[in-house]
Amino acid sequence: MKLTGTFRIALRALKRNKMRSILTMLGIIIGVAAVIAMVGVGNGAKAQVEAQIATLGKNMILVFSGSMTSSGVRGGYGAAGTMKIEDAEAILRETPGVTMVSPEIRTSAQVAAGNQNWYTSVLGESEDYFDMREWEFTDGSSFTEQDVRSANKVGVIGKTTAQMIFGEEDPVGQIIRVRNVPFRITGLLKSKGFSLGGSDQDDVFIVPYTTAMKRLTGATVLRGINVQAANDDVMTRVQDQIASLLRQRHNIRAGHDDDFTVRGQQDIAEMATAQSKTMTILLGAIASVSLIVGGIGIMNIMLVSVTERTREIGIRMAIGAHGWDILLQFLIEAVTLSSLGGLIGIAIGFATAESISHFVGWPIMVPPVYVIGSFLFSAAVGVFFGLYPAKKAAALDPIDALRYE
Amino acid sequence: MQPVISLENIWKIYTTGDVEVTAVRDVSLTVQPGEFIAIMGASGSGKSTMMNTLGCLDRPTKGRYLLDGVDVSVLPRDELADIRNQKIGFIFQGFNLLSRTSALENVELPMMYGGRKIAAKEMRERAMRALELVGLAKRFDHTPNRLSGGQQQRVAIARALVNEPSMLLADEPTGNLDSRTSIEIMDAFQALNEKGITIAMVTHEPDIARYTKRNVVMRDGVIVSDIYVQDRFNAKEEMRKLDEEHQAAKLVK
Repeated sequence: MKLTGTFRIALRALKRNKMRSILTMLGIIIGVAAVIAMVGVGNGAKAQVEAQIATLGKNMILVFSGSMTSSGVRGGYGAAGTMKIEDAEAILRETPGVTMVSPEIRTSAQVAAGNQNWYTSVLGESEDYFDMREWEFTDGSSFTEQDVRSANKVGVIGKTTAQMIFGEEDPVGQIIRVRNVPFRITGLLKSKGFSLGGSDQDDVFIVPYTTAMKRLTGATVLRGINVQAANDDVMTRVQDQIASLLRQRHNIRAGHDDDFTVRGQQDIAEMATAQSKTMTILLGAIASVSLIVGGIGIMNIMLVSVTERTREIGIRMAIGAHGWDILLQFLIEAVTLSSLGGLIGIAIGFATAESISHFVGWPIMVPPVYVIGSFLFSAAVGVFFGLYPAKKAAALDPIDALRYE
Repeated sequence: MQPVISLENIWKIYTTGDVEVTAVRDVSLTVQPGEFIAIMGASGSGKSTMMNTLGCLDRPTKGRYLLDGVDVSVLPRDELADIRNQKIGFIFQGFNLLSRTSALENVELPMMYGGRKIAAKEMRERAMRALELVGLAKRFDHTPNRLSGGQQQRVAIARALVNEPSMLLADEPTGNLDSRTSIEIMDAFQALNEKGITIAMVTHEPDIARYTKRNVVMRDGVIVSDIYVQDRFNAKEEMRKLDEEHQAAKLVK
């Protein structure tokens, strides 16, 4: 018998029981929709996180001072103040694969110019910091190595801070007071947007770390060190070498904890995506349960259908249908049910992902392989769960089937 | 001439658990082309088993069954299905049409299961011709539930004819029909038989059997009589008589 003919018979049988067909497909629809929505939102989130990670720069390694515990009160990273300028210099000098370092000081301060003032983050960094983070200038340029060496009162202003203090006016060359110390602005940074933590990376004023230590905080230790590795391949090795170098410099004996933390860009990305991974696993579990339940639903309905249509099967066999023809007819019916469910599921999945993306504010991305894959999988569910009822139909004895009431 | 049907010492024994039931014992029967035969008997006489055997739905336990000279008693399931498709036209008591499927598509069905592929256009033409033969061409797009019992049975006859089989096999074809419609169906059978089509029919109604040319009576699994019908009914004649009676009844009222 021709396949097209069998297909037509199957379609007609499904059309006859529209409501039943739709209810049967529901499990598959939900399963596939969950897969598509999951993949769409998950991938969108991943891309979003990756874009944010990329704002850190390329191949960045962050070294934080360890935390300090005093009378049971634990300070945050950097509180122990174990990191010194010499450590930064040693990392650059003694670790192959390190291209640039920038010792980091971080404080918050009231900044003011003219009759405007604003509370912002003040960062102390080296002149290489902007290259490391691939942070470009709208206007002006970075402070120089000379400025760092001489602890000059110069700085680079972030976009948000500039807007708050100077409005639309060009800030480059102007004087800004930080804790009443006047600084000359050498450059205006381009916007970097929000960080993974949700803080505005542009709400900042960046000065040489030497200046920050001497003129602003009086600190002698660093909050951390930004390190850039030459390329992706050396990242792990460089991280390990920095760790052992620092242990050696800080005289930490074997078995004792580090008084610092070394974290690569990739570690940060992994931490950030951990949450979306949990969500992905959850949705994936829902999807697979739903697909199995949907498959069982199809099997159930197909068994009912075989019983209901025993007489029809008998007629078809009496006038010459082979067992194979009957098997094919019911199998195609099951596969049509499941793959139609798959198609509807894909559509609903896209719609769901789209609405979630409006809600969370990141774009959806569904690679075509998932669309094709989930369609094929739903068809496979039809084959798997349709086979038993179809075989049962094909094995019927024509005489018994004809007499069936 | 080679017989259409040749049963040689057919036995059919059913085994249910430990009990053996012999439904047909040592039956031999020959049917020549162009015959119109009725197989009669009470229930349990073995006529249904005969029917299933003749229709290649079932294989005899013992004996040979030659259909058109081919021994079909040894064929496997799928080859029996092909024989049913090509050589036998089935007409059942309950019509057994596919519901919610048009008359035309019901008639096309046997061609869909044929071994060779037939173009959709040719299937349609052949089905229409078969429907014309039973006088239902105008109602080709009706589904069975919109047809009367007699019309449904005629669709079934058209379906049985469409593959041009060696014989028509009818199982109680008038069982569900009133007397008038029964005569209509017998008329159709007689017309087909006139054209040379061999017909074998199972019935328990002696009246209906009188439309055929030969009556085979079974009892307890054996043939107890096999006679040629002398005073055969003519369906057209009977129909006229029925109309007259009807008319008379009206006048009396």
